[in-house]
Amino acid sequence: MKTWIAFWNILLKDMRTYYLKPPNVSWGLLFPLVWTGMFLVRSGGGLDDVAALLPGLVAVSVLFGTTSMLAVTVTFEKKHRSFERLLLAPIPLEVLMLAKTGGAIFFGMVNAFVPLGLAALFVADLPLVAWGAFTATVLLVAVSSAFLGLFIAVAVSEVFEAQTFSNFLRFPMLFLCGLFFPIERLPALLQPLSYALPLTYGADAIRGTVLGAATMPLALDLGALAAFCALLFGLSLRNIRRRWIA
Amino acid sequence: MTHAIVVENLTKRFDSVTAVAGISLAVPQGALFGFLGPNGAGKTTTITMLTGLARPDTGTIRIDGLDCTTRPRAAQDRIGVVPDESNLYPELTGFENLCFCAALYGIDRTERRARARELLDAFGLTGAGDRRFGGYSKGMKRRLTVAAGIIHRPPILFLDEPTSGIDVASARQLRQMIATLRGKGTTVFLTTHHIEEAERLCDRVAFIVAGRVVREDTVDALLEPVRDRHALLVACAGLDAATAAALPRAFPGLEFPLLEPDRMRVEAHTPIPVAPLVRHLDERGVRVLEARRARPTLEDVFIRVTGLEAGALGADKGNGNSGGKGGNA
Repeated sequence: MKTWIAFWNILLKDMRTYYLKPPNVSWGLLFPLVWTGMFLVRSGGGLDDVAALLPGLVAVSVLFGTTSMLAVTVTFEKKHRSFERLLLAPIPLEVLMLAKTGGAIFFGMVNAFVPLGLAALFVADLPLVAWGAFTATVLLVAVSSAFLGLFIAVAVSEVFEAQTFSNFLRFPMLFLCGLFFPIERLPALLQPLSYALPLTYGADAIRGTVLGAATMPLALDLGALAAFCALLFGLSLRNIRRRWIA
Repeated sequence: MTHAIVVENLTKRFDSVTAVAGISLAVPQGALFGFLGPNGAGKTTTITMLTGLARPDTGTIRIDGLDCTTRPRAAQDRIGVVPDESNLYPELTGFENLCFCAALYGIDRTERRARARELLDAFGLTGAGDRRFGGYSKGMKRRLTVAAGIIHRPPILFLDEPTSGIDVASARQLRQMIATLRGKGTTVFLTTHHIEEAERLCDRVAFIVAGRVVREDTVDALLEPVRDRHALLVACAGLDAATAAALPRAFPGLEFPLLEPDRMRVEAHTPIPVAPLVRHLDERGVRVLEARRARPTLEDVFIRVTGLEAGALGADKGNGNSGGKGGNA
């Protein structure tokens, strides 16, 4: 019970302090809209193309929604030593870091439903969406992206380093993970790299659950995402113990 | 005697630098224990290990009887920590900060709100409870940080430079608060560079230099060797090296532990004859501006034990406000 009280209050504080602030919320809404507009203009297609763009938009919304804030806030709290308060709390490190990432995961999931909701409301007919599988996929994409943000936060010391490192990883993912361009069209040399990135499996599973057009079995996509989640969380915890509680 | 903190052979290295070299300590339950040393002596490294923020390379730590290696969370449940920086959340109000810190220790909503109000009142911050911590003055921030450290009523409290960099009134209030906590049975582990603060508050004191505890005892026992000594502080002008060097020969019964162009410290086991000394200096063109008796202090003990000037304690630390005359010299 004591651990649960601590977990819930860390999560609530982060939601109130960081995630539900107007600039962050507006960023979460604006980002998918800008991407949609950009790709529509670039392709010259009409509103019917939105459905085809939707899986990529959902994936990129989750990726940016989770990693942006988490990597920066943890680094900021570490820099200003308020993170020490959390490390001094008598709760397991795993619970603490799940509480710290919980807000980012929730925010990322909400972000995922923004482009989908907008598309359903105004543009496209979405009869194929398998809601249960879609939600599970989005959850795993949000968790893996949040853990990627945590991994970044633990690897750096300064806020600007967190931003730089985040972008160093995120922007190549936009092109390598099959969000908007099929992986098969990438140079052969780059294709193995795509399959080493969690978002590739997330984007494929979202494409499958929204358009019914996945290239890999859903179980493989979800399994790979879960494996990435475990790997990134494990690495982050190991790095925290080695660098912050050394 | 029951001990709240027991440390044995604690060692910590950072690459080739040994920050803490085999420290052993035993802090009795309910004691106010002072941990004094110059910057870089290993005080903060020791505290981070005692509070679970760093792992020792060797040695054992027992907090309230709990082995920190095998039961770190249980040990952390029994301690409160006030770091040397006021590290609460600037975007939360004072009240919210206290409630949040209470929640980290699993205190339920009703109790943590009542406790937060109680502490805001006790620390004279009731009127500022609804204001953001980021807008507080330094003294208010420090007081709220101490309040956050005791929000869960820990039996053991670690205080790292609690009065550093704050105004005199806030420092005095904090010292009273620390004394009150100790009166209620809380074991306090205090790090301070205000040596007079340690002398005034602490039961026991340990001096740490270059990662080693060079002396640890009760304040009374530490003061014993200097208790019967007489000391005189002389402010002067024009004391040249030759005159200074000749003083011990001219006054064989006196010791001159401090000899600088503008000041000197004279010590003896018998009352110090002021007139002959002043006359001697005057005849050699040294103008004596002031001469006053000095009470033997922990500062004298620190200088004797460590071979360091007391000023080394706080050379880079804050502005010094507490009147710790040695620490701020």
